[in-house]
Amino acid sequence: MKFMEEYRDRNKATAVSAAIAELCEPGRRYKLMEVCGGHTYTIYKHGLEYYLPGAVELVHGPGCPVCVIPMGRVDDAISIARQDGVTMACFGDMARVPGSKGSFLRAKAEGADVRVVYSPMDALRIAIEEPARKVVFMAIGFETTAPSTALTLQRAKAMDVPNFSVFCNHVTIIPPLRAILDAPDVDIDGFVGPGHVSAVIGCKPYEVVTKEYNRPLVVSGFEPLDILQSVYMLMRQLASGRCEVENQYSRVVTWEGNPRALQAIEETMEPRPHFEWRGLGSIPLSALKLRDEFARFDAELIYQVPGVRVADPRACQCGQVLRGRLRPWECRVFAKACTPERPIGTCMVSSEGACAAFYNFGRLTRPERLAEARS
Amino acid sequence: MSAASPPARTTPRPRAASRPEGVVTMAHGAGGKASHALVESVFLEAFSNPALAPLNDGAVLDIAGQDVAFTTDSFVVSPIFFPGGSLGDLAVNGTVNDLAACGAQPLALSAGFVIEEGFPVEDLARVVDAMGRSAQRAGVPIVTGDTKVVQRGKGDGCYVNTSGIGLVDRRATGLAASSARPGDAVIISGPIGDHGTAVLLARGELGISADVCSDTAPLNGLVAALLEAVGPAVHVLRDATRGGVATVLNEIAAASGAAIVLDEDDIPVRPQVAGVCELLGIDPLYVACEGRMVVVVARERAGEALRAMRSHPLGAGSAVIGRADADPAGLVLEETSFGGARVVDMLVGDPLPRIC
Repeated sequence: MKFMEEYRDRNKATAVSAAIAELCEPGRRYKLMEVCGGHTYTIYKHGLEYYLPGAVELVHGPGCPVCVIPMGRVDDAISIARQDGVTMACFGDMARVPGSKGSFLRAKAEGADVRVVYSPMDALRIAIEEPARKVVFMAIGFETTAPSTALTLQRAKAMDVPNFSVFCNHVTIIPPLRAILDAPDVDIDGFVGPGHVSAVIGCKPYEVVTKEYNRPLVVSGFEPLDILQSVYMLMRQLASGRCEVENQYSRVVTWEGNPRALQAIEETMEPRPHFEWRGLGSIPLSALKLRDEFARFDAELIYQVPGVRVADPRACQCGQVLRGRLRPWECRVFAKACTPERPIGTCMVSSEGACAAFYNFGRLTRPERLAEARS
Repeated sequence: MSAASPPARTTPRPRAASRPEGVVTMAHGAGGKASHALVESVFLEAFSNPALAPLNDGAVLDIAGQDVAFTTDSFVVSPIFFPGGSLGDLAVNGTVNDLAACGAQPLALSAGFVIEEGFPVEDLARVVDAMGRSAQRAGVPIVTGDTKVVQRGKGDGCYVNTSGIGLVDRRATGLAASSARPGDAVIISGPIGDHGTAVLLARGELGISADVCSDTAPLNGLVAALLEAVGPAVHVLRDATRGGVATVLNEIAAASGAAIVLDEDDIPVRPQVAGVCELLGIDPLYVACEGRMVVVVARERAGEALRAMRSHPLGAGSAVIGRADADPAGLVLEETSFGGARVVDMLVGDPLPRIC
């Protein structure tokens, strides 16, 4: 716990805050995107924006793995969960994500066997302990969670577990960054890069952002001081005209990443030609599927699913929020038709979703602060 | 891009809830928004009467000129035995604490059992022994009971319902969630989140071990000591159970129209509990307690109230955690240790661990 408190020291925060303010050029506005939902959560939970000058704005990117799952995939997963003899194992915050006809929790209340697990290994354990159940693991997440799915698949293969499969929705971080940067009129000055993902992939892949798109990126840890320091490092780059990948989270992340984890992913999964992202549309080579050698563990091949592409609800502006084009409270349904109890868009579901984080923690003061800063 | 007008900030949460569609889900039992919607749209409408309407922990009835508190609660827990207690302790302490939150000393309890075929008699005896001991500790007899057995597979081991009556202390006047006033101090009687964390770990699904015991305890003695010290200066008493301290505070804010402003630095959380919660991405403010009273007391008597509570063995860890304020009406805020501020909203559904 001491480890945590060190990164929540308000005296240090005040000092970093002053240093950031000094780096602001008069009259210039700075828009920085934190890519990862974990960062979004920290920013609102601890009230980090109180330390930022009005000219510096954080916008929230597409790095909440729950938020980017399209409705059609949720429907497919629920249709698997409803089949006879199936036990669907999923992460906690996936359970509430709405498909076009309800969520996993709804399916559970109506009789489906849905269980919340903390890792894919838990799902494999259920399969081993309950051989009569057909256990399907709902795999979601970026390169952060993909290695644990990969290792579980390798274990399942080695142990020859016949009643275990994976419904794979793993996605990769670089393609959505490209998609955001390829859009016209991008007004993002720099990126706070994800921490956990980078522990796996390292820092090097982000050179795409600095070299091709000319935006600085700082890989950041998850404590409030980590993020504040990363903002400082970005501002320092912008002030001196540099554009580099820097690593603030060096206590966890290396330049090259974790070769064992990458190898496990490589051995079990391969890129899909296309994958649909909630709000961002179809992005080529942005997601992973199981390799042929693991076909017998591939729920997409084992079970019949509707496979229907379901359009996002018309009122939902999650896509604009995920691109940093709209602030959560600027979405037309925010806190009106769309609330954490009855989410319309996925950004309102996971606690790491920009809208939920803002609704839960930040909705009191932030718009006013920004309005003041603008005036 | 222009900033849209900020969301309304001073409007209290609307009370009226629309009836949930479809079937009952686990979220309806978690004590958060869904539970409230169910109670208000289904039960309150059907049972409508003045004693029920305030939705306090128990009803207070005028019986022959005496204020009599009456409450009931059903207890379901998995596992049935956990560090610091068992289903039996919860069943007695929960009802005693609901009475205590009405400012009442318990007079008598009932106990009803729904037992699944195949449940070991030895386990039943352990549960019942724990009830006996807890009742003795609280100084209340269990005077009537009932037993039903259901077929195997039709119940999860053993469920217990207890009801209780108690006499409201004459020094407790106007106790209600709606009585919080701007300026009042908010006190908690000890570290938060112990019970929920102990049970979560006892389920053994997480592969985490930590030395955490449930805080289950009867708080009638603590409440008597508090009322003895400051009497009518106590405006609200609520025991924080499902949904944790945050849920109780939201209920108080919504009912009274006051804002509740917490100071994160002052909220007592054991390091083990904080560590487990941090790992799981759960906020201890939402984790269940079973032996903690939330007290809202007039500011000028807060010091005395705190001293009285701390001098009782079950309130030794009491702390002032915040204050009631006028604005923003009906909301709970927290000033964070880091130096920011955030909203502490009512929980939506069960607390679900985050993915990464």
